[in-house]
Amino acid sequence: MIIVRFFAMLKGIAKAETKEYVVNGPITVAELKAMLKKDFPGLAPALDGRSVLISVNQEFASKDSVVKDGDEVGLLPPFSGG
Amino acid sequence: MGLNMPTKKKTIDASALVRIQKENFSIEEMVSLVKSTSKGIGAVVVFLGAGRDVSKGETITMLDFEHYPGMAEKKLRGIRERAIANFNIIEMAMVHRFGPIEIGENIVLIVAASAHRNDAFMACEWAITELKRITPIWKREMTAKGDVWVSETP
Repeated sequence: MIIVRFFAMLKGIAKAETKEYVVNGPITVAELKAMLKKDFPGLAPALDGRSVLISVNQEFASKDSVVKDGDEVGLLPPFSGG
Repeated sequence: MGLNMPTKKKTIDASALVRIQKENFSIEEMVSLVKSTSKGIGAVVVFLGAGRDVSKGETITMLDFEHYPGMAEKKLRGIRERAIANFNIIEMAMVHRFGPIEIGENIVLIVAASAHRNDAFMACEWAITELKRITPIWKREMTAKGDVWVSETP
């Protein structure tokens, strides 16, 4: 199972804090994004834009990064700490 | 012993120097902790970020910070390590709060310590900029018109 965690305004758009996916084998971040867009159409503009970063197991990832069973994926809108 | 032999540095657990916490922090305590690591410290630069009551012309009544537990701490630890590796500083501490924060309250603290002031100034400035750039922390501002997640960092 892959667990996707939503943060800040994305949590409000998805109306969820997490989403779990059961996968048969490794997938790419791009493939996971497509699944998320299908399940959460409201997230599509954020996922298609360049401002939302993706993390895999708490490290920044790219669209080609591999996600596999047991991984934790974060959808990270622009940071505003400090 | 050579004249420029560096003063011995006391190692303090990184978890005491890099923290993300709900409760307020004591600037005095964090400065003392950093200073306790070496008698070679001659300059300490402190950056304190506090809750401001206005943003883009709107009056803010309160702030709320969310972070990615685990990843945010990891990023701050990495910034401290890179600051020590890349600047001529002796020690650095970083504290960021999460949860509701009232106007005027402390939000973030960076303490940079070096032998001479210029290194500490440069490392402190770099660290707060890097914190804003790569640390998964988000600010929500409560205004009379409603709540707004802040999506840009000046």
